[in-house]
Amino acid sequence: MKKISGLLMRKKYLFDLLFVGVMLLFLGACTDSDEVNHPGVAEALVPEFGDTFIEASIGDASTLLPVLASDSASSSINGLIYSGLVRYDKNLQIEGELAESWEISEDNLTLTFHLREGVTWHDGTPLTSADVEFNYQLYIDPQTPTAYAESFKQVTGVEAPDPHTFVVHYDQPYAPALISWATPIHPKHLLQGTDITKSQLARKPVGTGPYRFIEWVGGEKIVLESNPDYFEGQPYIKRVVYRIIPDISTQFLELQTGSLDFMGLSPLQFDRQTDTPAFKRLYNKYRYLNFGYTYLGYNLNRPLFQDKRIRQALSYAINKQELIDGVLLGYGSVATGPYKPDTWVYNGAVPKYSYDPAKARELFAQAGWQDTDGNGILDKDGKELAFTIVTNQGNDLRAKTGEIIQRRFKEVGVAVKLRIIEWATFLKEFINPGNFDATILGWTGGPEPDQYNIWHSSKTGPRELNFIGFKNAEVDRLLEEGRRVFDLPQRKIYYDRFQEILAEEQPYTFLYVGEALPAVSKRFRNVEAAPAGIRYNFNQWFVPQVEQKYSR
Amino acid sequence: MLSYIAKRLLLLVPLLLGITLISFVVIHLAPGEPTDMQTQLNPQASSELQGRLRSQYGLDQPLYVQYGQWLSRLVRLDFGESFATDRRPVLDKVLERLPVTILLNLLSILLILAVSVPLGILSAIHRNSGFDRTTTVLVFTGFAMPSFWLALLLMDWFGVRLGLLPVSGLKSLGYEYLSWGGQLLDRISHLVLPVFVSAIGGLAGFSRYMRSNMLEVIRQDYILTARAKGLSERTVIYHHALRNALLPVITILGLSVPGLIGGSVIFETIFAIPGMGKLFYDGVMMRDYPLIMGILVMGAVLTLLGNLLADICYALADPRIRHSQQGGGSS
Repeated sequence: MKKISGLLMRKKYLFDLLFVGVMLLFLGACTDSDEVNHPGVAEALVPEFGDTFIEASIGDASTLLPVLASDSASSSINGLIYSGLVRYDKNLQIEGELAESWEISEDNLTLTFHLREGVTWHDGTPLTSADVEFNYQLYIDPQTPTAYAESFKQVTGVEAPDPHTFVVHYDQPYAPALISWATPIHPKHLLQGTDITKSQLARKPVGTGPYRFIEWVGGEKIVLESNPDYFEGQPYIKRVVYRIIPDISTQFLELQTGSLDFMGLSPLQFDRQTDTPAFKRLYNKYRYLNFGYTYLGYNLNRPLFQDKRIRQALSYAINKQELIDGVLLGYGSVATGPYKPDTWVYNGAVPKYSYDPAKARELFAQAGWQDTDGNGILDKDGKELAFTIVTNQGNDLRAKTGEIIQRRFKEVGVAVKLRIIEWATFLKEFINPGNFDATILGWTGGPEPDQYNIWHSSKTGPRELNFIGFKNAEVDRLLEEGRRVFDLPQRKIYYDRFQEILAEEQPYTFLYVGEALPAVSKRFRNVEAAPAGIRYNFNQWFVPQVEQKYSR
Repeated sequence: MLSYIAKRLLLLVPLLLGITLISFVVIHLAPGEPTDMQTQLNPQASSELQGRLRSQYGLDQPLYVQYGQWLSRLVRLDFGESFATDRRPVLDKVLERLPVTILLNLLSILLILAVSVPLGILSAIHRNSGFDRTTTVLVFTGFAMPSFWLALLLMDWFGVRLGLLPVSGLKSLGYEYLSWGGQLLDRISHLVLPVFVSAIGGLAGFSRYMRSNMLEVIRQDYILTARAKGLSERTVIYHHALRNALLPVITILGLSVPGLIGGSVIFETIFAIPGMGKLFYDGVMMRDYPLIMGILVMGAVLTLLGNLLADICYALADPRIRHSQQGGGSS
């Protein structure tokens, strides 16, 4: 039930379900396109302070304590209020945030962070390494109902030898360790000794980030104001307002009146409904690839899908480009594996399974499936080649994808039913008990390539993420090794092989990677789409004095 | 009369208990738990977290224990804390949404009454005339029109094209800097479309109801008598007939009491109004049991009280009922 968007995303390597739709994700890299404008890049204006940035969110935030929050609305606001020790930069390289620098020991078992001096909480209290130490305790405390404890469980010990040094020990090298410290840091002096689930800070947060909390009107809006004491300098935009507008059509109408400054458009809106002169006068449109892909996953515990020729044949029977054109109106790329095509870890040399129905039929025939009774459906030992694809309700893109796939499968003699089920029921009755044939779902990823939780054979238990039951000894080994190596070219060897195996085995048919399609008001300068998305440099955005719209 | 009210009030207790028991069981029959929504398909959430949350929420207890605990809190008027990640008290969450919901529903009912009562009466008096037929068509069109569609059309027309009214929300940005009059105007301009759209669907039912009541009354002997006395048609209709035709309206108003705190999800979603409908819907989607139960209990209490109130008012307004009840009480 989560979607991650906005600023926090660049700090995290979460894998999460694409729930509402790809248009909500603001991350990814820029694709070359003629339509895309890059205003402000060439303009040599001196940044000026002031004005308000208004954006809409379809849901209200749940809590402004990042340790408890797992929804996109909370995360994007928390991303402005809090800071972590490190973060991803524009090109998805790790850079210091609260940490000025860090050292990794020779044996890769100890991380030493040197914190910036002079950083203060929004209430004026100085930040020290004791705060960081407290956060480690907070995340691993069994009483804290957090979804982010896993990566901290690898830690064997922490030390705070002086107010600006923080040391972490691991008993095994753990490659995602460094970026796991991008987790937002909470104030010790306000939280120590309190029950985190009852803390007032959930509604009135205090962080160290570029924006300070002003007010939260439940179900209506959240207002933030720039922090004059921010350690990287006060951001130019004075206020940020999140309006809660649950309906996408209403958001779009509000956008057309100019009362919103930012909105992630749907492919339809981007393509067909925003070409008016009025819209172009007010907004610039951007497009870049999202992190995250949609897939058709096969339940490998079903006898039918245990034969990899069947899975390969099904992949050949799907026209991925047709899906992108039909469902995303062309705003997406073909997925060939779990990684986004423009990242360092992506292996472009794997088989792509381009649309080839003849090849599909040939593979089915090899596996013994023939249409003996001439009814158009393949059969074997008197049983027809038929199964059901399930997906969750509320995601139109997935439903449409299912319908197109259904038709293509029928053409090669596979009878497929499509069932769309309400989310809770979908999980409880279908995914958890492994009671499905095939499912259309999506994963949202990040720059960190560790895929242990999704593909390792130890993660096939109930309620775990390898719910299709993928078990491959070599993949297990590659995933275990991959997270122990720090050197990127070295790591890539493991993940290249991992992608080759996935391509050969086709436990999923990887379908497509969607694009983020944001519209940003033309008042704002310095806006630029990069591999890290569009919001990575939000603190540098500004509005020239003459164009400023809101004086207060 | 007092003993009648007391008896009715006492009868409400077992009724309410039954309602809560059935709701509680039914809600827990729905697949999925609140903890699923927070931990499922999230690679970072371990199964320990699931267990931890279950025990913190008391979901590891048998259902009857959970019901007992919930009931014992309810008796002390404690609706408990929401299972959402914010874990705020249910009462806080509801109270935050209540004023705007009541305001909208009240305005909408007033608008419906103001339009449909005269409409119904005129239709009845001029039965089968051109006016009657036209209003019939119009109110049924309003009734049949999907409210979200109408809302979007009006938002596009008045909000985007004409720029006369705000598209959504309750207040403009910078509301707090407006003058007193400016604030009032701002509030009103935000309410125009929502109230209109929510009222339009209710017109049909109410005006038809009013029309048939009126027709019924006009056929009565005492109206004939009044006419026979030589009273003017005006007096006959507005003095003798209307009063009696309005009696059933009391019942309807009583029945709309629970409607005051209820809201429509679709409509609140479209207009970005933080009302009860959306709160309840989100609660159901997240399986936020305390919140769902809290809202259901409040709704049930208001429904029962609304019925009681309608009965009492009816008795006060209609001497026939009043007298028959007194007779019944003594026997």
